Amino acid sequence: MGNVIGIGASPKRKEDQRFLTGRGNYVSDIKRPGMTAGVFVRSPHGHAILRGIDKSAALASSGVIAVLTGDDVADDGLGSLPCGWGITDAKGVPMKEPPFPMLAQDKVRFVGDMVAFVIAETPEQANAAAELLKIDYEVLPSVVGVLEAVRPGAPQLFDDVPNNICCDWELGDKAAVEAAFRKAAHVAKLSLVNNRLIGNPMEPRAAIAEYEPGTDRFTLWTTSQFPHVVRFLMGALVLNIPQHKLRVVAPDVGGGFGVKQFHYGEEAVITWAAKRVMRPIKWVASRSEGYVSDRHGRDHVTEAELALDETGKFLAFRVNTLANMGGYLSTFGPNIPTNLYGPLLGGVYTTPAIYCNVKVVFTNTVPVDAYRGAGRPEATFVLERIVDVAASEMGIDRVEIRRRNMIPKEAYPYQTPVLVQYDSGDPMGCLDGALVAADVKNFGIRKSESARKGKFRGLGYSTYVEACGLAPSRFAGRLGARGGLYESATVRVHPTGQVTVMIGTHNHGQGHETTFAQIVSDKLGVSFENVDIVFGDTDRVQFGMGTYGSRSLVVGGAALSKATDKVIAKGKKIASHLLEAAEADIQFEAGKFSVAGTDRAKTFEEIAGAAYVPHNYPLEVLEPGLEEQAYYDPVNFTYPGGCHIAEVEVDPETGTVTLVNYTAVDDVGTVINPMIVEGQLHGGIVQGVGQALFENAVYDEGSGQLLSGSLMDYCMPRADHLPMMKVATHSTLCTHTPMGVKGCGEVGTIGSPAAVINAVVDALSHLGVTHVDMPATPNRIWRLLQNASLPVAAE
Amino acid sequence: MKPFAYHQPAQIPEAAKLLTSIEDSKLVAGGMTLIPTLKQRLASPVALVDLSKLGGLKGITDDGATITIGAMTPHAVVAASKLVQTKIPGLAALASMIGDPAVRSRGTIGGSVANNDPAADYPAGVLGLGATIVTSTREIAADKFFLGLFETALEPGEIITAIRFPVPLRAGYAKFKAPASRYALVGVFVAKFVDGVRVAVTGVGPGVFRVPPMEAALSENFDPSAIAAIKIDTDGLTSDIHAEADYRAHLVTVMAKRAVDAALS
Repeated sequence: MGNVIGIGASPKRKEDQRFLTGRGNYVSDIKRPGMTAGVFVRSPHGHAILRGIDKSAALASSGVIAVLTGDDVADDGLGSLPCGWGITDAKGVPMKEPPFPMLAQDKVRFVGDMVAFVIAETPEQANAAAELLKIDYEVLPSVVGVLEAVRPGAPQLFDDVPNNICCDWELGDKAAVEAAFRKAAHVAKLSLVNNRLIGNPMEPRAAIAEYEPGTDRFTLWTTSQFPHVVRFLMGALVLNIPQHKLRVVAPDVGGGFGVKQFHYGEEAVITWAAKRVMRPIKWVASRSEGYVSDRHGRDHVTEAELALDETGKFLAFRVNTLANMGGYLSTFGPNIPTNLYGPLLGGVYTTPAIYCNVKVVFTNTVPVDAYRGAGRPEATFVLERIVDVAASEMGIDRVEIRRRNMIPKEAYPYQTPVLVQYDSGDPMGCLDGALVAADVKNFGIRKSESARKGKFRGLGYSTYVEACGLAPSRFAGRLGARGGLYESATVRVHPTGQVTVMIGTHNHGQGHETTFAQIVSDKLGVSFENVDIVFGDTDRVQFGMGTYGSRSLVVGGAALSKATDKVIAKGKKIASHLLEAAEADIQFEAGKFSVAGTDRAKTFEEIAGAAYVPHNYPLEVLEPGLEEQAYYDPVNFTYPGGCHIAEVEVDPETGTVTLVNYTAVDDVGTVINPMIVEGQLHGGIVQGVGQALFENAVYDEGSGQLLSGSLMDYCMPRADHLPMMKVATHSTLCTHTPMGVKGCGEVGTIGSPAAVINAVVDALSHLGVTHVDMPATPNRIWRLLQNASLPVAAE
Repeated sequence: MKPFAYHQPAQIPEAAKLLTSIEDSKLVAGGMTLIPTLKQRLASPVALVDLSKLGGLKGITDDGATITIGAMTPHAVVAASKLVQTKIPGLAALASMIGDPAVRSRGTIGGSVANNDPAADYPAGVLGLGATIVTSTREIAADKFFLGLFETALEPGEIITAIRFPVPLRAGYAKFKAPASRYALVGVFVAKFVDGVRVAVTGVGPGVFRVPPMEAALSENFDPSAIAAIKIDTDGLTSDIHAEADYRAHLVTVMAKRAVDAALS
């Protein structure tokens, strides 16, 4: 029995002992015998023709082993970096999918595009040699913004992609929406920008590759959220390495947020190069390198219109978005602003008709892909902003207009007009809980206190839902997914009763080693300390799709739950034999197999022992050993959601916005570890607050230079930017996942930007301000107030 | 980082000689600006001359009408100094706002002043208080020291040994931090002496500067209201992704008022 720590408990995180004592094992900690150093040479231009590369001086430089370029890639006949999703336009025409060479050939398309790989004995020697490469660029004008990129005469990134449009995608019933708009009593309109973000995980990306000639096997250690997917994409589609000859290891990884859930060219180049030089190679990105090569997030320009009847009921919603893809299609790139965006435009409301058009656009910027929330924060921001605009224009209270349109709890399961069917939820319950927790009824008093200090106080709501637990494979396949989205787990019970779990998700901050151990401890009645979770190694874990899209507990946890059930089922067969009772009479509870209605029982450890020492064992009908595996493919997405309420204070003298209170009441389904869920919500909210108030990736139009390319210029949220947050759960159980879980990794990031900006607009609404673009920086707020001809604040 | 020779002299003349005899050599004090520059391979001096083992460059002394801060004194020591807190609380406050705890523990007043970063805090305090920069060869008045973007009156081989601050009647510093870097987007130091008020501004242009109209107004009436209507000209002010010139100019007035408030509190 021992120390069972089950579902609903909050033990300290198992993994934190090694992280907090400096005993983690990250890629850059790993040293291999004879290891060399690799450095990528990147384009300093946003857009240029690559006329030629003179390697001679670099090759002659001290310690240099090899210099590889796009010509070498072409000579070896290697593939292009693949895109995992193929979307189509309204007529069914596939998206434009130009090649994404792992080292640039003929042309560079963003600052940071990889041009060469220099391998030397030491990083210093590789850096010195990299500076000696003579690269002949013919610089072309760059285009970085989506509005500019689709204009006639804009620089064209690819000869066969007219107007830089990768795909003109749409969703919904356009005719029904137009009909609804014709009979609307009121139409609210909003133009907005969803600012471009850079993920900035604490650990920069890194990789080590090694080739063993004796076994003809490659090993790649990489900072990845999904090593099996890297093995598949890189081995099968880029480098032509058979799967059994390629091992991909993602050891401890210091944060991902999506940035590490793509197959990157660096991984392919270093693996290919390791065999060419027959030495292990290590590459560790600098922070500056990360800024121009880690995939960016968001970057939309949107026009939205909401049609309402005279009572404020939503009749139809129409959204036209230009979404920036950057210079090439990244692994999930085109899926994010389409399939993960349009289907969320219904929100928690009963809007009967929705139409969404998204033009997916190439520009001379870092490729854009999933970043925590991925599509759903963008959808939530558009919807929750325009609901406030409509309420204000129609003179309806912002909470009241939400109530009038919310899906009632009894209406679930609820089919939206944009593909998805919500299985469960209680948005009204979350709203009611949040109104109390945020002490909304006394907001007026707090606003008066702020006014006395010359400050403007505002309150903002975001009642939202998201779709996560990626993903039902069949459904995703219909939307253009080129792979499956199930998950797998193996539960290995050792002869002494301890348990090792091999799971295909990847833990890089989420606390899986704790949460998953709690599930096993709870279900098998084994001690929490006696469960280890193994992940991140294709040689140790059977298969897996990795961690992203709030899927680890929802899909991976379900696979684990199923595999554990199989262990119990086999244990019952063994117990039935040992206890000489019918299998149907065997009960398993609290770590004991017993015969119903008797005191005859065997412990879990005794059953495990019998399975591995099968002297008294039904070998004729049952295999020895106690190890079970399960794959789980969800039948639907899960739909966590909730209500976030932000309270801000604006200093009109400086334009500074201070977040003074933050309340979140979220429905994440069953909670396994409340402390970890709270941590996930805190982290997610902070990233959303970062988008709303601080973070902005800024490119220079024309040159394509990234102007916010370091922590000196890209503002990350910090502890002193934030109040103590009030976070609570108001859960309804998911009806189709084994444990009723819904996922909690992204909800904070999805709900919060709209709450914060709605609060800022509320604070300034008395001055006629109706919208504030993100981030709401002091400079931007001050300028808005200047334009609103504001009297300077009282002294 | 590219390779370089490293010297750690024990005497100032020896340090000065190394600096003048080795072409492309550089002083390193706390290294808070230089080391990141080396790591990014943006600078590649042949030799570094480390001042950390020179005697007598650390510490704060009370000279009555002035206090003298050794060039190698870290910001954290100035911020925590009871003497500075008592005699020039605005200067202790300024030191406490520089960078983060790690930077304040390593970074030095001499390094900051010699570097003359246009967004650094200390130049505002040094100019605002009309301090004297004491070097290995001479004494330089603050008004003659700061020459523009990263430029000072220091000659090759000349080493700052201390900064001598006159004790004002009142002084205050107000800083609007750049959101990401937390350098001064706008920093204003105001100091009131028997014979008048000095106002020095950092962060808004190519270098620290004084604002004579504010000085005149505050000399008449040392109150925030005296300068509320005084705007500085936007000509020559910095515009970047964080703040355009007109916003910086506006903030100079706001921060100057807040600096006066701080001095009065």
